[in-house]
Amino acid sequence: MTNLVSVRDLRVSFRLGKTRISEAVRGVSFEVPENSTVALVGESGSGKSVSAMSIVRLLPDNAIVDPASRIDFGGRDLLTAPIDRLRSIRGKDITVVFQEPMSSLNPVFTVGFQIAEVLRLHLGLSSKQAADRVVELMTEVGIPEPKARVDAYPHELSGGQQQRVMIAMSIACEPKLLIADEPTTALDVTVQRQILELIARLQDKHRMSVLFISHDLGVVGEIADHVVVMREGRVRETGPVASIFSDPKDSYTKALLACRPRLDVKPKRLPVIDDFMAGGGRPIVVTENRVARPQEAKPLIEAKGLSKIYRLKTGLFARKSVPAVQEASFSLWRGRTLGVVGESGSGKTTIGMLLMRLVEATTGEVTFDGTDLLKLTDAQMMAFRRRIQIIFQNPYASLNPRFTVGQILTEPMKIHGIGSSDSDRFERAVSLARRVGMPADSVHKYPHEFSGGQRQRIAIARCLSMQPEVLICDESVSALDVSVQATVLNLLLDLQDEFSMSYLFISHDLAVVKYMADDMLVMHEGAIVERGSAEAIYDSPQHEYTRKLLRSIPTGYRAAS
Amino acid sequence: MAAIAETAIAEEPTRSQGVWSAAWRRLRQDRIGVFCLGVVVAFMVMILLATVGAIAGGWQLEKGVPYAHPTFLGERENVEAKSVDLAAPKGPPVDISDIDPLAPKYDEWKKRAKEIQVSSPPRSETLPFGADRWGRDVLAKSIKGAQISIFVGVFAAVMATCIGTVLGATAGYFGGRAGDFLEWVYNVFTAIPNILLIFAFAAVVGRGIDTVIVILGLTGWTGIYRLVRAEYIKHSSREYVRAAQAIGASHAARMFVHILPNVSHVILVQLSLLVVAFIKSEVILSFLGLGVPIEMVSWGTMLAEAQTELVIGKWWQLASATLFMAVFLTAFSLLTDALRDALDPKLR
Repeated sequence: MTNLVSVRDLRVSFRLGKTRISEAVRGVSFEVPENSTVALVGESGSGKSVSAMSIVRLLPDNAIVDPASRIDFGGRDLLTAPIDRLRSIRGKDITVVFQEPMSSLNPVFTVGFQIAEVLRLHLGLSSKQAADRVVELMTEVGIPEPKARVDAYPHELSGGQQQRVMIAMSIACEPKLLIADEPTTALDVTVQRQILELIARLQDKHRMSVLFISHDLGVVGEIADHVVVMREGRVRETGPVASIFSDPKDSYTKALLACRPRLDVKPKRLPVIDDFMAGGGRPIVVTENRVARPQEAKPLIEAKGLSKIYRLKTGLFARKSVPAVQEASFSLWRGRTLGVVGESGSGKTTIGMLLMRLVEATTGEVTFDGTDLLKLTDAQMMAFRRRIQIIFQNPYASLNPRFTVGQILTEPMKIHGIGSSDSDRFERAVSLARRVGMPADSVHKYPHEFSGGQRQRIAIARCLSMQPEVLICDESVSALDVSVQATVLNLLLDLQDEFSMSYLFISHDLAVVKYMADDMLVMHEGAIVERGSAEAIYDSPQHEYTRKLLRSIPTGYRAAS
Repeated sequence: MAAIAETAIAEEPTRSQGVWSAAWRRLRQDRIGVFCLGVVVAFMVMILLATVGAIAGGWQLEKGVPYAHPTFLGERENVEAKSVDLAAPKGPPVDISDIDPLAPKYDEWKKRAKEIQVSSPPRSETLPFGADRWGRDVLAKSIKGAQISIFVGVFAAVMATCIGTVLGATAGYFGGRAGDFLEWVYNVFTAIPNILLIFAFAAVVGRGIDTVIVILGLTGWTGIYRLVRAEYIKHSSREYVRAAQAIGASHAARMFVHILPNVSHVILVQLSLLVVAFIKSEVILSFLGLGVPIEMVSWGTMLAEAQTELVIGKWWQLASATLFMAVFLTAFSLLTDALRDALDPKLR
């Protein structure tokens, strides 16, 4: 098998400010053989995207590529190729599919026009020829009613269909190499499955190579032939997919494989990267299973017939009702975790918002310790705000960038009159920061000085400052890297034991919910379609939608299946 | 920089730095910012001294000959200063005492005039920055003018910014009925041509510096209102504001403690633009006779006078006023830029 692309000793650094230089890729070498799928796997900051984009030289202006680096494609070094030659390669021989289909399509042109543009530029087709070919391509990538959708604008298509359009554009010129940069990360799990199958089918049909970039080993195991594991700008391990998954050599690869929650076991504590890196390759694996706290006689929170209906103005007098949540009823017991799963638009986030009264419910009641929360005035609600807290999805957005961590942690205490004086509150903030695993001097720093995982710890500490009884985790680990996810999940479990808090754990990630939850709700289009204990739902799903969801979970590499 | 940060923490071991004290620490590290702060402070001190009369108190004294040259130009011929003599009739005097009915009185008047001591101070040929048409010192005028112009510009801009920020924050944060009402007010204010609005206000409130400030403040808030409103709409749905709501922070706390520091860059840039614009507006108002009263001087009135002087080649009053204005406005703009950067903890 000959190599289509070979990357040799690639070094890329970025100029930051006048004097600072940060190294992103530190001597990376790998090959992409013809007619095969190579996956670059790594966490954020591993340099996987920078390595892949160096092939088409789509790097920011402040990037410096080391002159000794070489990227061979068709016997020529792409890094030194003149820009004209590169332009004829980009979009024709090597094409790219990006993560966000919504922002990689131009919103003011129809999708048909955008696909045809590639054909006209690279193959010199006339408008008429291009129009016919566009319909063929859209049929090939599985867009329903392609003739009608040619004149659609990107916003008229769903996320999955937009990504199909992007893929149609990238295969339009029969490329030799398709670079797919996290193409399914922004998509729902059922759509992700369809897109993965589409890419695999196209790769096989057109006999092209695919360079697949992902942080998710589960996805990679399904699609790749070869895997390159990267960390901090270096290749940790490379090999055929079977050996990476069944017999990983590198401790980092082992850690990555282990720290993802699995569907079959539920250990007390998830293994984290440090266990593997520090323990000299022999990790401390906790095999003891986690036992759920038994249900008390009465649930702490009981929601009955909770609905939220948005009324949209569609005309002068016309109103359209869009139900976000319909007739949701559920109970949350002290010290237990209720998992809520569903795809985007299923109303799972709205449920959390309704409990917090960050969004006002249309109908229904929420009884918390005997009080109906939805009937309280704002002033009465204050006492309950302290008892129900929420951790948001995006730790980059949920902390005020102009507050120091100390201010972030003391503010809730000030509002609720916790602590006798400012210095007492500050002492508490320091000990809270320590409790969630942050250094004590972090109280003087600003959120942007911390990584995503650390920021999520700060957000958790902010909630803890009010000693809540219920904690709503709204996709709280979804934006985090796999290894960081494990440490945050471990922290949440420890805190639950320590303070016997109840969690409402909302996520689209079925494996994470399976690991965290004792009881579960499955939501689809605003309605709860299935409920029960987590084990029961995963072992014998009753509803058709639940079965579809569970089938879509990336399973990773399965030998000879 | 790290060392500075560490000492700052070491000084305050128990308390976290507030937004403003941290901003001050960062501003001190910005050399241009500190220099501009120095210039602005110097101007403020100058204004203060001018207000209490310690300097430029005698700006109305006619110290030099009309259109006295700036000192550095030296003793060039000053044609206008001698024009008084040139206007006198030439040729031998003609005796017309026999037909002049007042002739017998002349001697008596001369005698009485001699009894009154007229002390005309010596007029100098040159002054540091030259003199205007009446021989008033341009430097003193510029300093006294700075007092009025900066006072008007800064106060009116601060007033307009406050109005715009509070209304914009309210409209953007609450939206709904309050937002609609404020939009309506905004529309009314922007629908009327600016100069007409200013005339209308001036006609009602009368003339004076305070009037100019009020007029400019009440009419100039619209641009900043729109920008602040847009920022508040954007920020009020952000997760950190939601998080503040979740911990029970009040509306006012969310508006002014959480969001305001995050939109302060917009407000500061607008403030500096408004100061510049209002100093210029004051010129226009003064020119139209609605600005500062006649017995006062501002950069605006100086520029208005300079128009006629420039035609006969007397450029120093224009140059002096422009120089003062340029130095102050540049320093002020750069200072607000530095302040904006200092308020952003992400920029170090």
